[in-house]
Amino acid sequence: MILVYINSENGISKASYEAITYANKLGDVVALSNGSLPNEELSSMGRYGATKVIVDRAVNGEDQQQLVRMIAEVAASENADTVVFVHDISGKAVAPMLSVRMNAGLVSGAISLPDDSGAIAVNVFSGKAIGNVKVNSASKIISLLPNSLPPEEVGENCSVEEVSTQAGEARIKVLSTKKPEGEIPLPEAELVVSAGRGLKGPENWGMVEELAEKLGAATACSRPVADIGWRPHHEHVGQTGVAIRPNLYIAIGISGAIQHLAGVNGSKVIVVVNTDPEAPFFKAADYGIIGDAFEVVPRLNQAIEKFKAS
Amino acid sequence: MNILVCISKAPDTTSKISFSDGNTKFDENGVQFVVNPYDEWYALVRALELKEAGGGQVTIINVGGVADDAIIRKALAIGADNAVRIDTEPKDAYNAALQIAAYAKENAFDLILTGKETINYNGSQLGGMLAEGLDLPFVSLATKLDVSGSTVTAEREIIGGVQVVEVEAPAVISCAKGMAEQRIPNMRGIMAARTKPLTVVPAKEIDDLTTFVSYEMPGEKSAVKMIDPESMDELVSLLHSEAKVI
Repeated sequence: MILVYINSENGISKASYEAITYANKLGDVVALSNGSLPNEELSSMGRYGATKVIVDRAVNGEDQQQLVRMIAEVAASENADTVVFVHDISGKAVAPMLSVRMNAGLVSGAISLPDDSGAIAVNVFSGKAIGNVKVNSASKIISLLPNSLPPEEVGENCSVEEVSTQAGEARIKVLSTKKPEGEIPLPEAELVVSAGRGLKGPENWGMVEELAEKLGAATACSRPVADIGWRPHHEHVGQTGVAIRPNLYIAIGISGAIQHLAGVNGSKVIVVVNTDPEAPFFKAADYGIIGDAFEVVPRLNQAIEKFKAS
Repeated sequence: MNILVCISKAPDTTSKISFSDGNTKFDENGVQFVVNPYDEWYALVRALELKEAGGGQVTIINVGGVADDAIIRKALAIGADNAVRIDTEPKDAYNAALQIAAYAKENAFDLILTGKETINYNGSQLGGMLAEGLDLPFVSLATKLDVSGSTVTAEREIIGGVQVVEVEAPAVISCAKGMAEQRIPNMRGIMAARTKPLTVVPAKEIDDLTTFVSYEMPGEKSAVKMIDPESMDELVSLLHSEAKVI
């Protein structure tokens, strides 16, 4: 039996349905969540293959150690030999702890199903290579990189079972939480519009934000731009910032240093706008435009407007 | 505060990545190794700042062979007080984490810092495994870290935002961008590092729960399609009908 832990704090993400779909190809699936998301929303996981959803309403997830205890307890009571996570901020914290608690080998950032020998592909060397990992222990934990396989609807909503686990005391106290309203969080964004020093100053980001808004995309930036304070640090994508793999990455006025590419080379489609035909980013791009951002971006905004109206 | 900083060896970002022995081993030929940037820039530098402000000691710990001494000396040159190397080539993060946990159990630390991930395996595994191995609270992806007495305050990334949390030491923290700025070691630091204590301790018998059986290079990307800067309608239509992303 495969147990899938779903963080439902912000609702059920597309990546969560991907994880259920992935698990459904490995065996019978039970989904586990916590917190206050209504049953009607939790039960939607049945459509992707979950036979039931288990939820512990009393665990708020602020201390990951409580989540680990909750998951380990349910994994034992449901006889799960494999636990699947989404490889997002939550899964990255919880899956390794569970690995030690359950003595279960962890494949983090899986991008494939196990092959005939049981090996699972993961990105290594910041996306420059792929490694095939085998788990040597009886129990396994797999955290699935978002956007690795499309979610597949296979059935109907399923039942939701409320349980009360021994999650223990929280040792982490939350003092405050900030979630910017209306902004699309970068790590989960399907479309990303990113800009760099080619924009010449923070006052010129209006057209980039307009493009992002028209597309429903998140905004990102290169390291130099975050370092000089033109844009907030959390927007920095690259080796030392956030690594993302959206469906579409539009890079405007970014030369494409190897450190930047390491954070975006998992993107499905890359569009590069640069005045310099020698910019290394063009080698990694699917579509390239040699031109001045101040002319190209407003034109692109108009073109999208026209496309949306048609 | 007595702070333990876990550092890992990683190939420099600009290294050419290739594999040997029938694609089963990373080819280290001609590769320049560095301290994993997340461990160095964020975890180590913030540990030093906390020590400079409030006193205490900063100890580096690494799991690796004698070849790792070079990057350990680099971390000492940046300012760590002493270093420990657990003498084994770690096969997976589980093994490395439990080796460090075993050492940390015998030597009391108030705070254990790790980088958020290594740039070679990108697993984000060690911090969480270490915390669970020691039964300590774990704050992952911290972008700010402060200490007052035995109370640790951190800002951490959560899905869709940031959160300020408080925890009583000892605790394990994984460090991400924003926590500190890179420090370049000066000549005095480099000289001093040569004589700072580097203790080599034998490894414990711990299983590897995972094995990398082979590696491959991702498929070649098809050539870039150049679009006339005047024809943004064409780009939009290609993104819609050819790439199918909008």
